[in-house]
Order: sequence, then C-alpha cells, then structure tokens
Amino acid sequence: MNSSTTSAGMGFLADEGPRRGLMAWLTSTDHKRIGILYLWSMLAFFMVGVGVGVLMRLVQLDTFHHLVTARTYNALFTVHGVIMIFLFVVPGLPAVFGNFFLPILIGAKDVAFPRLNLASWYFYIAGAILALLSLFTGGGAPDTGWTFYAPFSLQTGTNVTLAVFAAFVLGFSSMLTGINFITTIHRLRAPGMSWFRMPLFCWSLYSTSWIQILATPVLAITLILVMLERLFGIGIFDPTKGGDPLLYQHLFWIYSHPAVYIMILPAMGAISEIMPTFSRKPIFGYTAIAFSSMSIAGVGSLVWAHHMFTSGMSEFANMVFSLLTMIVAIPSAIKVFNWVSTLYKGSIDVQPPLFYALTFIFLFCIGGLTGVMQGALSINVHVHDTYFIVGHFHYVMFGGTGFAFFAALLYWFPKMFGRMYSKKLIIAAWFPLFVGFNMLYFGMLVLGMQGMPRRYYEHLPMFHAGHQVVTVGSWLLALGLVIYLVALIWAARKGPRAEGNPWGGVTLEWTLPSPPITENFEEIPVIDHGPYEFRKGGQHG
Amino acid sequence: MDTSHPSTEHGHPGYGTFIAVWICLVVFTLVLVGLSHLGQGAAVWGLLTLTPLKAALVFYFFMHLRYEGPLLKGVVFVALGTLLIFFALMFSDVAFR
Repeated sequence: MNSSTTSAGMGFLADEGPRRGLMAWLTSTDHKRIGILYLWSMLAFFMVGVGVGVLMRLVQLDTFHHLVTARTYNALFTVHGVIMIFLFVVPGLPAVFGNFFLPILIGAKDVAFPRLNLASWYFYIAGAILALLSLFTGGGAPDTGWTFYAPFSLQTGTNVTLAVFAAFVLGFSSMLTGINFITTIHRLRAPGMSWFRMPLFCWSLYSTSWIQILATPVLAITLILVMLERLFGIGIFDPTKGGDPLLYQHLFWIYSHPAVYIMILPAMGAISEIMPTFSRKPIFGYTAIAFSSMSIAGVGSLVWAHHMFTSGMSEFANMVFSLLTMIVAIPSAIKVFNWVSTLYKGSIDVQPPLFYALTFIFLFCIGGLTGVMQGALSINVHVHDTYFIVGHFHYVMFGGTGFAFFAALLYWFPKMFGRMYSKKLIIAAWFPLFVGFNMLYFGMLVLGMQGMPRRYYEHLPMFHAGHQVVTVGSWLLALGLVIYLVALIWAARKGPRAEGNPWGGVTLEWTLPSPPITENFEEIPVIDHGPYEFRKGGQHG
Repeated sequence: MDTSHPSTEHGHPGYGTFIAVWICLVVFTLVLVGLSHLGQGAAVWGLLTLTPLKAALVFYFFMHLRYEGPLLKGVVFVALGTLLIFFALMFSDVAFR
C-alpha cells in the first residue's frame, strides 16, 4: 500500500500499482477495482437492455408495423432477456458489491484467489462479446427467447449456437466467482469473526455461491448438448430423432430457477445491511435471516418444474412441484417480516438508501405474492405464457433485485468512490422510477389476466389501451433511470468528498476511510461482537 | 516434498490397484454394450446402475478421493446428493407421464 495515496485521501482509487491509466484497471487483482470494473461494464449492458426493452414497448404501439419486422421483434425479446439475465441480474450484486465488500466485511485483505477473480471478469467480458457477436454473425440474432427452448432452438436458422456458447462462458465466470467467495468465507475470516458474527450480506453471498457452483454446471452441460445437437444432430432433445424436448426444459430450469435465487439472495443480503443501519438497532432475527438464506438456496433448487406446468409434464410431477413451490415462500416471508420488524421502534433515518430499500420490500412483496399465486396449478394453467408472467418476474427481478441494487449502490457509493451524491436528485429520480415501474409492470399483470399472451408481435384491439398505459410507464421508468445514473456518474467524478461513515453504520467497512486503502486494513481487525450492535459502536471499535 | 500431505501419508495405491480398477471399468463398459443389445429397458437400467459405479471408481481411485479429508469428501457427497434429488424429482415426471 502506498501511504502517499492514502494521505491524498483517495485510497485504492489513487493507488494504481505498477501500471497507469486503463491498464492499471484491466490488470488489477484488487477486489475493489474488480468490483468497480464489473459495476461499469454491467451498467453499460443494463442500459443497452433498457434501450431494447423500451423499443419493444414502442413496437406494441406501432400498429402499422413500420418499426421492426416480426422476426426482429423475436430477436429483440431474446436479446433483452439474454442481456438482462446473464449480463446484469445474475452477476449483479455478487460481482459488484460481493467483490468489493465481502473481504472487507469479514476483515480480509482480498478474496482467496485474486487472479481467479480477475479471470472471472475476463470470462464475463468474453461472454458478453460473444453474445454481441451472435447478433451480427451466422444467421443473425437468435429468435428463441432467452430460454433457448428445444426443439425450436435446434431448428431455427439464427445464430443460436454462438449465443448459447456465450451463456456457457458467462456461466464459467459465475462458477469461478462462487468458488472464490466460498473459499474466502471459509478461510479468510478475521480472528473472532465467527459464522454468526458475519454480516448478513456475507451469508447471502455464501448461499448464493453454493447455488452457483451446484446449479451452473447443469446449464453448462445443457448448452453444450444444444450445440452438439445443432452441429451434429445427436438427438438428445429433438423428438424427430427420439429425443425429449421436456428433458431440455427440466435441465434448463434446474439451473435457471435457482438462478432466480442467485439474483435475489444477494439483494436480500444488501437490504439486511441497510435496514439496521437506518433504524439504528440490531436486525430483528439475525439467525432466522441467515438460515432463511440457506433454506431458500436449498428448497429453491427443488422447484424448477413450476415453469413447466403446461408443458405436458406428468400430473404427479405438477402436484409435487406445486407443493414445493409453496414451501419456498416461507423463508422469503421470514425475511420480509424481519426487515419490517427491524424498523419497529427503531430510530428511523430516511436517507436515500432506506427509501429505495423500502421500495424494494413493497415491490418484492407484489412479485413474491404473484409468484405464490402461480405456484397454484389452477391459476397457473390460465396465466401461463401471458403478460401476467412477464409482470410477475419483472416485479421480482427488477422491483426486487434491481431496486435492491439501486439501494445497495446508494448505501455503499460513498465508501466505493469516496464521494457523496446529490440526495435531492436521487429522490427526484425515485418518482418517475416508482410511478413508471408500476404503470409498466402492474399494467402487464392486468393485461395478462385479460389474456394478452407474452412474446406476441401483434395484439387484439381490446388490449391496445393497456399497451398504451404500459408503454408510457416504460418511458417514465427510463427517465428515472437516466436521472439516477447521471446523478451517480456526476457524483463519482465531481461529487463532494464523503466522510468515512456517512450513515452511522457499524459493520467493518464503516471503520475504514472512504475509499478504503488497497489492502483494506493496516492491521487485520479482531472481532469480539456481532455485526449490528449499535450500543457497542463499530464491529472493530 | 511435503511428507505431511494426506495422499503421501496414506500412500498411493500400487500399479496393481490401478490396473484392477481399469479392468473393472472395461468389463462394465462391455456389459453395458451387451445390455444395449437386449433392448431399451435393459440398456437404461444398466446405464443407471453401472455408470454411477464406474464414476465412483474413477472418483475414488483415479481422482484420489479415497485419500482426501472429510471436508472434500463431504463436498463431493453434497454434489452427489443434489444430483440424486434432481434425478428423483425428474422421475416424478418421466415415470408418471
């Protein structure tokens, strides 16, 4: 660590090491720099995904079909899904905030395998480049939807082979990050940092990492099979060759449903950090939240076939998976109860991170409850493949993970960049975000209940008014996002300097200067109490 | 060389063990080929029973799981347990279609 840079007050941001400028970032194994690399690359892909999403909404208003052809529309919803799922939401919180804060929160100087950590980012970028290449090479952009369902994905002339290879490479990035985090938590905790003194964000990363290394290989093998099937016609999934297309759906969802929990668990972890800080009291039910993360990871891996209730699966399997789906709602409900109970009789300080965290709870509850509705077979068969599903998963993935990402970024931004953003601008961004979000996705829930099918290029006149409301919502949402991001990008460059502990937090990151020095701690801290004991001050007081 | 390493402490198996395991693997493969000629049912049940056995032999001897500590063995068994649960739940579909 270079002490002169510390005295300059910009910590690791000023300590470039042997290389300068961009190369200092591209070759750094510092977990904080890698976290920020992920942040900027992910936000860039996110805005591309938002742009494609807004365009899709415009297509629904364009009743004369001047904007795009039906095939291009199919490509648009595929690209939107691939970008948002594989490049933003799955890596989302673990890659950015996990990388940056996990070592700090457990009192370590870095992750267990720093070079592997940088390699994960390069795998991520390689996967992203391959995904973009798949749009312009071969037979053009894939038109299968992000799920690449067989047998259509085996028959279409579009460039599915390269797109699934991109997802395969991205899966490697995810697995390597998971292995790194599990090893870090097992091996690098500071003296006294027992399992139940770890901040809850670490518990959420730990459970997420297990899903990453247990479920992602299933997707990797499945995608390899799709490639082999397309290239050599081996007949695993193709019914004309004796294959079983439902086997593809099983294998795909064995990964992709737990992937929902890869997306949401770290978000829940971040919310569990924010609630006690702005309530000035210990989190309610620490152990229950920690174990609920692990049980969501466990039970959440057993519910995949609720995506397949109308696929022709056996009725017995339908009943089994319906029951399991109901069970997974319990640990999620435990978390919501504990967050709200943490606020009870707290000394609540409504700062922007709490504001966005409360929004997360509200939107996640709508997403979660519409999810429980679909767990019931009798409802599922009616709303399956309608806009109701699209509305539901956007409430969970965007209203849940997305808003938790925004809240986490607001919470940790001063620590990451050493600068503070305009709180007024961030609150101003919230209004179009919240109103636009609910116009867009609640509108989709209503359209779905009315019977509007998802992924359709055209719609019947009876749905047009609904589509108009939903599309205006998408404009408001995009406006809110632009205000939010401009406020943060400006703050990262020109914002006023932030204090070491602007929110009065008590976990280890708040004992460090903002931004922290290269190896985080001058001396490894010794921990003698839990993470949210406000009366005792910081965890390393 | 670190003589405290578990694989050294417990000793590697000799060539005889490796060759015996390899012969077992070849025999199982031949049995599987034979079963495939008896019809689809025999082939599927043969695959379901003998392939995991083959994988276990490879894990245990060639990949040295036998000489690892309980933590690593535990991790492998968690993965295997997960796989078994996945299989069982998939059969709740396939077996009742």
